[in-house]
Amino acid sequence: MAADSEFHVLAVDDSIIDRKLIERLLKTSSFQVTTVDSGSKALEFLGLHEDDGIINTNTPSVSPNNHQEVEVNLVITDYCMPGMTGYDLLKKIKESSSLKNIPVVIMSSENVPSRISRCLEEGAEEFLLKPVRLSDLNKLRPHMLKTKIKDHQEPEKQDKEEKQQQPQSNNNNRKAMEEGISTEKIRPRLNGITAMV
Amino acid sequence: MNQMAIAALKNQYKSFVQSMFDEGVLDNQFSQLQDLQDSSNPNFVDEVITLFCNDAERIITEMNRYLNYQNVDFSKLDSHVHQLKGSSSSIGAHRLKLACVNLRQASYERNKEECVEAFNSIRHEYCLLRSKFQFLMQIERRIVALENNQQ
Repeated sequence: MAADSEFHVLAVDDSIIDRKLIERLLKTSSFQVTTVDSGSKALEFLGLHEDDGIINTNTPSVSPNNHQEVEVNLVITDYCMPGMTGYDLLKKIKESSSLKNIPVVIMSSENVPSRISRCLEEGAEEFLLKPVRLSDLNKLRPHMLKTKIKDHQEPEKQDKEEKQQQPQSNNNNRKAMEEGISTEKIRPRLNGITAMV
Repeated sequence: MNQMAIAALKNQYKSFVQSMFDEGVLDNQFSQLQDLQDSSNPNFVDEVITLFCNDAERIITEMNRYLNYQNVDFSKLDSHVHQLKGSSSSIGAHRLKLACVNLRQASYERNKEECVEAFNSIRHEYCLLRSKFQFLMQIERRIVALENNQQ
């Protein structure tokens, strides 16, 4: 059985600086990292053809369900990207029968409550405000562990656990949005900026 | 002798970075980057600075091009400013980031004159930042050269 400490994260960001940063942060946190610069490349890496969910015929896959050549334990993606946004990518992953269990985390430089709730409702595990810090990444491992544990449990039990865990995280996020409380996830950036961002 | 020179250079580096913090040119995010540099990644800060400067110059050139058209494509302009703002934020370039916010505002208002003014401010802040970064990197390289000589 492979060591559970070797988690592989796929990081998606169109900014070369942010890719370098997230890669360093993830490696410092002892994750294996692959970075790509677009949502479509992320889907390619995950083995999904962008348009129709069918495997790209150029990749040497065997069956429709076994297209992932490298296991990805978490996808962390920027929200604002040209072409396919992080939200679009999130949707595609969650709509895919083979990929939907991969936890997805969204990063954004903008603190927009409606954007945050949209992503969480679509199934994102976390919404991180950029610039992302090392402490933010400590929240990732539990989501990856959860998936590994789930893989070994019966379906019934999985659903029960999911339901138990979800309300709590939703409450925290809602509270943060309603009360404008600075949680670790959602850190309002004030910095005396009065102009509209 | 080398030890003293290295120590002096390191102090110079530290003081200069501090002055950049004090002037608001850099913010705490730059410290985060410094913390990510270690013996396994000894050139991390240098590499990020280089990537940032190349990217910033590319974006600034593009923005300049858009602003030179009679009919400014504000939406394209905005998407470029957004990129630069993001990079600035990621590297801790505080004043440059604020200059980007101003340009976004002017772009949102579709006010060409204000955009030009805000853009000039961005260019000014970037040039200032770049020259300071260059100075820092020079010190860093001298430290590395001396440390390598010692081995």
